[in-house]
Amino acid sequence: MNHDQSPWRHAVNIGLIGALTAVMLALIGMVETFNKRDIIYKFIAMGHTLLLFSAVFLSYLAAKKASRQQVGVAIGAAVLTGVMTAGGAALLVVIGKLINLRLVFINASPVLYQILTLYYGPKLGLPLLLLSGALCGLFAGWLYVAPALVRKTLLTALGSVAIAGVLQDMLRPVIAIWGPLAQINRFLFAANGLTVNGALGMFVLIAVIAYLWGRKGGNIKARVAGLPAGQQRSLKLGAWLVLVFVLLILPKILGLFLSEVLTIVGLYVLLGLGLNIVVGYAGLLDLGYVAFFAVGSYVVAILTSPELGFFNLGFWSALPFVIAAGILSGVLLGVPVLKMRGDYLAIATLGFGEIIRILVLSDWLRPWVGGAQGIGKIPNISMAGYTFSTPQQIYYFILAGCLLVGFISWRLRDSRLGRAWMAVREDEDVAQAMGINLVATKLMAFATGAGFSALSGAIFASKIGSVYPHSFNVMISINIICLIIVGGMGSIPGVIVGSLALVGLPELLREFAEYRLLVYGAALVAMMLLKPEGLWPDVKRRRELHVAEEAAETVPAGS
Amino acid sequence: MLQRIRERISPTDVVMWIIGGGLMFLVVWGSIATLMKGTYSGRHWIDFIIFGLAQGSVYALIATGYTMVYGVLRMINFAHGEVFMSGPYTAYFVAAWFYRSGFLDAQPIPSLIAIFIVAMTVSTTIAFVLERVAYRPLRGAPRLIPLITAIGASFFLQYIFRGLYGSGFQAYPDIKILEGHWIIAGIRILKFQAVVIVAAVLLMFALYSFVMRTRIGKAIRSVSEDKEASALMGIDVDKMISMTFVIGGAAAGAAGVLYAIMFKQVHFFMGFIPGIKAFTAAVLGGIGNIPGAMLGGIFLGLVESVGPSLFLDGLGIVAPYQLKDAIAFTMLVMVLIFRPTGILGERLAIKKA
Repeated sequence: MNHDQSPWRHAVNIGLIGALTAVMLALIGMVETFNKRDIIYKFIAMGHTLLLFSAVFLSYLAAKKASRQQVGVAIGAAVLTGVMTAGGAALLVVIGKLINLRLVFINASPVLYQILTLYYGPKLGLPLLLLSGALCGLFAGWLYVAPALVRKTLLTALGSVAIAGVLQDMLRPVIAIWGPLAQINRFLFAANGLTVNGALGMFVLIAVIAYLWGRKGGNIKARVAGLPAGQQRSLKLGAWLVLVFVLLILPKILGLFLSEVLTIVGLYVLLGLGLNIVVGYAGLLDLGYVAFFAVGSYVVAILTSPELGFFNLGFWSALPFVIAAGILSGVLLGVPVLKMRGDYLAIATLGFGEIIRILVLSDWLRPWVGGAQGIGKIPNISMAGYTFSTPQQIYYFILAGCLLVGFISWRLRDSRLGRAWMAVREDEDVAQAMGINLVATKLMAFATGAGFSALSGAIFASKIGSVYPHSFNVMISINIICLIIVGGMGSIPGVIVGSLALVGLPELLREFAEYRLLVYGAALVAMMLLKPEGLWPDVKRRRELHVAEEAAETVPAGS
Repeated sequence: MLQRIRERISPTDVVMWIIGGGLMFLVVWGSIATLMKGTYSGRHWIDFIIFGLAQGSVYALIATGYTMVYGVLRMINFAHGEVFMSGPYTAYFVAAWFYRSGFLDAQPIPSLIAIFIVAMTVSTTIAFVLERVAYRPLRGAPRLIPLITAIGASFFLQYIFRGLYGSGFQAYPDIKILEGHWIIAGIRILKFQAVVIVAAVLLMFALYSFVMRTRIGKAIRSVSEDKEASALMGIDVDKMISMTFVIGGAAAGAAGVLYAIMFKQVHFFMGFIPGIKAFTAAVLGGIGNIPGAMLGGIFLGLVESVGPSLFLDGLGIVAPYQLKDAIAFTMLVMVLIFRPTGILGERLAIKKA
C-alpha cells in the first residue's frame, strides 16, 4: 500500500499498533494472568515476557523497513517503536491512577498497574518501563543489523529458554522419570520457573548447538541429499521406525496427566484427519462437522449404555453400526448441499450442526437420547479380556485409530478418488468437464470424513463414559477447522502439528485456557494474512500458492 | 419434451423435492392440527406476531449489514455478529452510569439517544477497523480465505470483549418510560416492542434512502455492480467498501441497542446466534439486496415467533419453543437448497461464481 513511506513514519505507525497491543494485552487480563508463572524464578514472569516479546517483535518489524546498511535508521526506528509500545502501557497506568477504569474494564486492577510499573511504583516504575521499551527496541534493531548466523543463534537460544520456562510443568515430571537424570531438575527448575543458573546454562548450551548447526547444518543436509537413493530410503525408514518406537513408549515416559493430554490430541487428530478430507482435499468448507462426531458418540451411547437399556451391545459389536451411521449421516447431510459452493456451503453445514444439537438437547427427543442430561454409564472399550480404562491404555487405542486413519487418508490422497477431490477443490466446473462425477466425488468426501468423525466420537464417548449435547457445540467444528488451517490444508503431518499446537499446548498451559479462543481467532486471521498455506503445508499446495504470489508480483500494482 | 425433462432431473433433485415436500406437508399438517386444537386464543397469536415483528425488525437491521457487504465484496462477513455485539455491550456501561446517576429516569430521551450514539460509534469503529486490518489485504484471494479470516476475526472479537468487560451477563437497566403497554385499535402492545419496531423501521428507512438518494449510496451501489467499471468512473472503490462497512456497522450498533432493550441483557456471545439468523434473513431476501434483507428479517422473526406454536404444537412435540432456533436453521438450509437467490434476489443468479 504505502511503498514510499519513510521508515520513521512506518515506525510511528507500528509504534501506535504496539501501544494498542500493550494496552489490550493488559486490559484483557492476559498480562496479569500470565504473570503468575515465572519464566526465570524471581527474575522474570510470563506476563512480562509476553509484553517484551510483543515489543521486540514489533520493533523488529519497524526496523525491517530500513535496509540493513542504514544501521542508525534501523536501530532508531526500532527504539522509537519500542518506546511507543511501552508508552501505551505507561499511559494506561497514568490514566488508571487518575480515574477508576475498573468500572468498565474488569481487569484494570491495582495488581495490573503494579505489574506494568515493574513493582517499583509509578514514580520509579514509569521511567523504567519506558527504558525497558527502549532497550527492547535497541535489541530488536541490533538483531536486525547483526549477521544472520548471530541472529539465528540468539533467537533459537532465547526461544528455547522461554519455551522451557513456559512448559516447566510438563518438563519437570518428564525429566524426573529418568532416574539418574533427575538431578537436572534441581539445577534447572526452581519452585516456579527456571533457576537463573539453569536458564544461563541452557542458553549457552543451546546457543552453542545452534551456532554449530548454523555453520555445519547445511553441509550435513547436503551430505544426506547426496547419498544414493537406496541409502536415503533406509535412512527414512530408520527415522520412521524411531518415530513409531517413540510413539509406543510415550505414555510410559510421560505419566498420567500428559498421557491424558495426548489422548485428547489424538482424538482431535482423528477428527482433523476426517475433516481434512472434506476441507483439505475436496475443498468443501464444512462448519457442521461436529454433527458426525455427535452421531458417533450418541450411536455408541444408545447401543451400549445400560442406562437406556435398548441394546446393551459391547463396543466392538456397536462399532460397525457407528461407522455405518456416520457414513449414512454424511451422505444424508451431503445430498442437500451438493449444489452449494464456498460460503453458502459453510453456512448450510453450520445450520445442520446446530439443528442436530438443538434436536438432541430438546425435551422432545429426550426418551431416546437423554436430553440435556445426556447418556451415562457407557462401558469402557475392552478387547480379549483387556479393558482400556486409564488414559495410558486408551492412548494405544487412539494411536492405532490415528495410524489406521492416517494410512487411509495417505493412500486416498494419491488415488483416483483423491485426485478427483483435488480437482473439485481447484475448480468444480473444470473438474466436471474432465468427466469427474461431482455427485459421487463430493458424497464420498462427506461420507469418508463423517465415518472418521463417527469413529472418533465413539472412542470419545467410551473414553469419558457419558455423552452430553453440550460437548457438541459449534466450537468443536471451529477448533478442528482451525487446527487444519494452522497445520496446512490437505496435509496429514499438518493435522498433527495443528492438533499439538492448538489442542495440546492450551491443555498444558492452565493460564492459557481462558484465552484459547482469542488466540485461535488471532491465529486464524494472522495465518490467512501471512501464511495461508499453514505450518506444515502439503508440497503441492505450497507450490501453487507460491506460483500465485509470483504471478501477482508480475502484475503491475494498479488496481 | 418428456425426455428432456427427465434428463434435467437428477436423482438427488428427486430426493430433495421429497424432503422439501415432506417438510411442507408437516408444516401444513401441524398448523391445521394446532388450529383445530385451539390451545391458543387470538390474543396469543397477536402477541406472537408483535413479538415476531419486533424481533424480526432487529434481524432486518443486522441483515442489511450482511447484505451490503456481500454486495460489494461477495463475502460473508462472519464477524458481523460481533460488530452487533460490541456496540450495546460498550453502551451498557453508559446506560448503567446514567441509571446510577438518575439521569436515565430524569431525561430518558436524551440518555437513550446518547446510548444509541455510543453503541453506533463503537460498532462502526469495529467494523471499519475489521475491514481495514483483516479483509482489505485479502482482496482477490481465493474465496475460502476471507471467510476463514472472518471466522477468526469473529472469535477474536468475542474474546477481546470477554477479556475487557468480563464473561458474565450484564443486565441492561430498566427504562421507565418503556414499561407498560399501549392499546392501539383494541390491540395491546407492550411499549418497548412498539418502540423497537418503530425505531427499526425509521432506521431502515433512513438507511435505504441513504443508499438510494445520496452520492455515496450511489457509488456503493455502483461498486457492488462492477468494481472495475466504478474505478474507471472515478469512484474510490476502497473508500466505498469502507463506507459499506461503516454503514453496516452503524445499523448493527443500533440494532444491538434495540436487542438489548428487548431482551434486557448483554453478553459477549450475544452476537453469534442473531448474526447467523440475520444472515439467514439476508439469504432469505436475496443476498445483496437491501429491501430483500429487511423483508427477510421480518419474515424470519415472525416465523421464529409464531412457528414453534403453530407448526410443532399440532404435531404433538413437547416444549416446542426449545426448537425455535432449529426452525430458523431449517429454513436457512431449505432456502439455500431450493432458492439460493432468495425472495427478491433474481439478479445475482447470473454472476454466482
